[in-house]
Amino acid sequence: MIKDGVIKMQEMANVYFYGKRYSVPADLTIMTAMEYAGYQLLRGCGCRYGFCGACAIIYRVAGSNTLQSCLACQTQVQDGMYVATLPYFPTVKKVYDMETVKPEEQLMMQLYPEIYACIGCNACTKACSKELNVMQYIAYAQRNELEKCANESFDCVSCGICASRCPAGISHPMVGLLARRLVGKYIQPEAKHMKVKAASVRNGELDAIMAELLAKPLDEIKELYNARDIEK
Amino acid sequence: MLTEQMLESIKKVEATRPERLKTEPRRLTAEEKDALLREFHPDYKDHAFDTIGIGPNKGERAPQELADLLNSNSLIHDVDINLDKVDYEADVLIIGGGGAGAAAAVEAHLAGASVLIVTKLRLGDANSMMAQGGIQAATKENDSPMQHYLDAFGGGHYAAKPELLKRLVMDGPGCIEWLNNMGVLFDKEPDGTMVTTGGGGISRKRLLASKDYTGMEIMRVLRDEVRNLEIPVIEFTAALDLLLDENGNAAGAVLKDLETGEYKIAKGKTVIIATGGAGRLHYQGFPTSNHYGATADGLIMAYRAGANLLYQDTIQYHPTGVAYPVQLFGALVTEKVRAIGAMLLNIDGEAFVHPLETRDVAASAIIRECNQRNRGIPTPNGYGAWLDTPLIDMINGKGFIQKSIPAVYGMYKNYGIDVREIPVLVYPTIHYQNGGMEIDADATTPKIKNLFVGGEASGGIHGRNRVLGNSVLDFVVFGRFCGQQAAKKVPEVKLGKKLSLEHVYDYSKALKEAGIETDRRSPKLFPDYTREVN
Repeated sequence: MIKDGVIKMQEMANVYFYGKRYSVPADLTIMTAMEYAGYQLLRGCGCRYGFCGACAIIYRVAGSNTLQSCLACQTQVQDGMYVATLPYFPTVKKVYDMETVKPEEQLMMQLYPEIYACIGCNACTKACSKELNVMQYIAYAQRNELEKCANESFDCVSCGICASRCPAGISHPMVGLLARRLVGKYIQPEAKHMKVKAASVRNGELDAIMAELLAKPLDEIKELYNARDIEK
Repeated sequence: MLTEQMLESIKKVEATRPERLKTEPRRLTAEEKDALLREFHPDYKDHAFDTIGIGPNKGERAPQELADLLNSNSLIHDVDINLDKVDYEADVLIIGGGGAGAAAAVEAHLAGASVLIVTKLRLGDANSMMAQGGIQAATKENDSPMQHYLDAFGGGHYAAKPELLKRLVMDGPGCIEWLNNMGVLFDKEPDGTMVTTGGGGISRKRLLASKDYTGMEIMRVLRDEVRNLEIPVIEFTAALDLLLDENGNAAGAVLKDLETGEYKIAKGKTVIIATGGAGRLHYQGFPTSNHYGATADGLIMAYRAGANLLYQDTIQYHPTGVAYPVQLFGALVTEKVRAIGAMLLNIDGEAFVHPLETRDVAASAIIRECNQRNRGIPTPNGYGAWLDTPLIDMINGKGFIQKSIPAVYGMYKNYGIDVREIPVLVYPTIHYQNGGMEIDADATTPKIKNLFVGGEASGGIHGRNRVLGNSVLDFVVFGRFCGQQAAKKVPEVKLGKKLSLEHVYDYSKALKEAGIETDRRSPKLFPDYTREVN
């Protein structure tokens, strides 16, 4: 690596993928370190920027017995890291019809009764790759406090690490997702302006004026574009 | 973590802030924009383009990396594949599991068709999932689809196909209603009014959002709906080439299970290509904000089957990709950050461009500032310009950053950077494929029957540049439309008797005849980041 005109030794870290040691540049993420080590990724690699939850990782650092977890694409390697990937976890997704479900207490009870078996160990929260308060949002779901559950779970990327650590067999991401959908559909107040606009298009009220715009010669459209008033 | 030089420059940024809070940088005239683009936009770097050697767009230019894949033989041109053993069959075969594919699947299913989604990664592993800033739709009283049309048409340099753009803007409000009805959470005021922001090149505050996780929120609901409807999805299975029947109509695809290596045959009365973009081809060596699988596969297989491209030479470089820290190099910093007040600054803390110019103009201005004027800030990967994030809370009040852009805040916090306190370094990153497969008003390809294209893989909706928030709208509007249209077509489709790969063999012959001798194979499927260890 050439920096400031002098060649510096690149700082390296020893990491262990599935128990096997590799020496990798210390500034890499776990994901790019695996690629540096020679892995061609298929499972366990998605958006590479922390949105898709494909690259869940469980690791320990040598000398510590604490089990840690993270997303491989969002976390820098550490010396002595023992890494296992969790590219898939069998979470339970119940099927429901959004048009007929109701945001009532029985629904969680029917679809995800295991949430009531939560023993309060908080392993889900400790494991969350997005630092969410997972146990808290499950508690909100138990009490049918759906808006709170939706807010608390909002950043969830469904990586599944929480579910992998749960002694009660809860599929936390699916619970949060149900709560958010119920809030979006049934609980948030309606956006009246949006309904009005959607209806006016549907009823054909804008067809004539739209056709008129499309029929204008290009020069006239350019003039309209350049003369737009811009909302402050 | 920051270099001495960066820290020095931050002092200058802080010093100019009080004055900048009072003044808005000048917007460029139409002529100034044209000149800036011509000189600095990567689309104008002729040496980075090659000519397409054969096929319907023969002789046209394409980015070198894309042209190479087009001027290649198929991965299966010399593989013996039994086309009589059909593994999967559906009325509507959807290739791609992103937003467009999922929206198409939901609509086609509701219209009564049998649907199959195949995707080389997982359902939802797509650029859709990563869209942050928001989705445009003219939902407010002071706005209209006509105003939206003007913004998008001008922003796309008047090159959009009018009938497609009309559908995009007219279907906007209805699609928001559709999403909201499925339970997508939008940012709302207590009375239900949707929170709207402006953005580069748009004349109304029209951008609707779910914080800065808009694409993720929409994608995870669409994915959940696909699962609720129990639509079959075959994951980690890539489509390699389309299958045509003896009449030259789309009839299916050759798939490969990427884990077992097994080839599979999928038959469809109609086929929808929803394979997304091409950022992972890393045109001109740029980094990309795109997901791992964005390698233009759909363009390659549809072109090989005889469909034509449109605007394949225009790429969107998002002005604000992460330039530093290196672990985030190329990641997107949503345009919403500029929309809510952050300015673009050089090493002296001077605003060198209005923060709300369109993406191509803003990106070109950053490139000029760094590469020609030498006013960029050096980083381990090159240069960056400041995006002055602390301005956001100064303008909108404390706490606004965490409330409105939690993803950006969290991404930097991981690396010890607090965007509320210090600005961040950005440089353009490949973000979007403006062009793609040409489609007609009914979302089908002009040259191949029963073949539909939806989302980023299509070309012509946005023209030669795309304004923010229209890609999310695009995958919802045209994903749904493709699904509806494909399902409607099903009853009248009479597939021929035989599935055929003749077009693949003909393509190889044509390459040879054109003097293109190559051992390159396509589609690419994934970028090659694995270090050569031998």
